[in-house]
Amino acid sequence: MLPVTPTDFTPWASLGGGILIGLSAVMVMALFGRIAGIVGITQGAVTAADRDWRIAFIAGLIGAPLLWLLASGSFPAQTVSGNLPMMALAGLLVGTGTALGSGCTSGHGVCGLARLSPRSLAAVATFMACAALTVFVLRHVAGGAA
Amino acid sequence: MRPILGFLAGLVFGLGLILSGMSNPAKVLNFLDIFGAWDPSLAFVMGGAVVTTFLGYRLAWRRPAPVLLPDFDIPRRGAIDTPLLAGAALFGIGWGLGGFCPGPAWTALPLAAPGTLVFIPAMLAGIWAGRRLKSSPAPALRS
Repeated sequence: MLPVTPTDFTPWASLGGGILIGLSAVMVMALFGRIAGIVGITQGAVTAADRDWRIAFIAGLIGAPLLWLLASGSFPAQTVSGNLPMMALAGLLVGTGTALGSGCTSGHGVCGLARLSPRSLAAVATFMACAALTVFVLRHVAGGAA
Repeated sequence: MRPILGFLAGLVFGLGLILSGMSNPAKVLNFLDIFGAWDPSLAFVMGGAVVTTFLGYRLAWRRPAPVLLPDFDIPRRGAIDTPLLAGAALFGIGWGLGGFCPGPAWTALPLAAPGTLVFIPAMLAGIWAGRRLKSSPAPALRS
């Protein structure tokens, strides 16, 4: 069954983190003229002509927890499921779905909504509903631990 | 210059994911668990990010071109079609299973949890498969 790890409600830290994410998206638009969608940047890191900044952006994402460790003395709090077959399936679905649907939480969720794109709004409504339904089934229907 | 500023933008994005709690799958899954251990924090992440981006984009677009590349490359306003909705549905199921979307998965890499080390290669394989599916001639997935 799916264990539930309790988490605290952190409105201010979450708002601050969201503003940082937004600032990064604005940097990417102002400097490179591109949408800061992580899947798009990942694909382009392999295939695009302007792959230099994309590879560096992903290196920055990977470097962030190391900087956090240097500044605070500990890695950020994180609980990742140890159910490896489920995580493999999750990764496969996330990769396939975001490539097919042309965007993820950042590309459609942040940048698309900020551009008032109807396509992104439809994508966000769909993936939020499917994600919430998946958690509901796992935790409350399939004999979940909650 | 491009790699340095690209790295900086990625670092700011990653720190935002960590500070907000989005990089912790437990927090994401609790946000999605509306009828259980609901933690609404991530609504504040989305709100802060979208409003900041909305305002900042309008400033960025005052220039005729971006600073370091010749032109803006912004998705055209296409139709709401089957690949978009089918892709979003698959992504949502995967997000609900693991609590990872692509950005937080990258920031989780140095912490090297076994679940992360399985998730990332599977995600990259999925991106490759999704690209092929999108450009395939299968009529069901063409708009």
